[in-house]
Amino acid sequence: MQREQTDAKVQADDAASAQDSLEVGSHTFESRLLVGTSRYPNPQVMLDALDAAGTGLVTVAIRRMNVEDQSSESILSLLREHGFHLLPNTAGCYTAREAVLVARLAREALGTDLIKLEVIGDDETLLPDVEQLIQAARELVDDGFEVMAYTNDDPITCRKLAELGCAAVMPLASPIGSGMGLVNPYNLRMIREEVADTPLIVDAGIGTASDAAKAMELGYDGVLVNTSIADAQHPVQMATAMRQAVDAGRNAFQAGRMPQRLYAQHSSPMEGRIDVS
Amino acid sequence: MSPAETATMSVTANGREYELPAGASIIDLLRKLDIDERASGIAVAVDDAVVSRSDWEETILSSGASVEVITATQGG
Repeated sequence: MQREQTDAKVQADDAASAQDSLEVGSHTFESRLLVGTSRYPNPQVMLDALDAAGTGLVTVAIRRMNVEDQSSESILSLLREHGFHLLPNTAGCYTAREAVLVARLAREALGTDLIKLEVIGDDETLLPDVEQLIQAARELVDDGFEVMAYTNDDPITCRKLAELGCAAVMPLASPIGSGMGLVNPYNLRMIREEVADTPLIVDAGIGTASDAAKAMELGYDGVLVNTSIADAQHPVQMATAMRQAVDAGRNAFQAGRMPQRLYAQHSSPMEGRIDVS
Repeated sequence: MSPAETATMSVTANGREYELPAGASIIDLLRKLDIDERASGIAVAVDDAVVSRSDWEETILSSGASVEVITATQGG
């Protein structure tokens, strides 16, 4: 009888986690781990890593076709063959005008309304130009895009992006490619409280698995990583670690963690201890 | 032969200058660049405005036009 009850409970738990998919705009993704496609040692490692990550949404950049050498198109067809949904980005854009044009080109090229909006203010930090970012986001939302906005960890900026209708708000953990992890978890917590109804995805600066788990424990809806996998010594293994970390963090969040206490609390009962004279 | 039949013009495509016959369309430019106009995953902008694939045949380029032909590549 007890065994049946345990099995039924395990089944129910599995079913609950099976339905725990990520919804962004009109899309549903089974995996809460989004992965970038750049900086891998070679295309095969990239594909193996993306498979190991179990991701359903991968980012791509929009660049001029290389007229002399057109073999880079094969990356696009490789990704499509493997069934990954593509999320084009506006990486390398410094103004709203540039970002809006790149987004429209991306939509035309790939037939998707999804766009990862990046409008950069500074080449050293790759931090967003918030004024241009908000302007671009507004214009793209009005033009029917499902905007996933890369932003800084300012709760006010995040709230504005959510209010103007972004499909997801994506604050950084630390600068793009820095691998420093969550340098300001306090702001990320505030952002989660401030932006209750829009999907939040930690994008940029994740360095290793525990960073991804931490983001999910804060209640974020997903994480986006690239360099942490591509620059790892063993990218495919790190991709597996990231998948496990996102699952672990999500489970821990849904399990409802114990409160933190300043002082100790006995974990063994005090009653029934022996008397030693 | 009248001047009009030998007229050429210069357009910029992906940052480089190309000579095309006057009245050339986007399709003509793509052919000059040896880009398969039926390839998927590509898009074109002329003077900072996207031109849909369905309009490539009819869109005539003017002299000095700036054209960008893009595709998706690896990115984070």
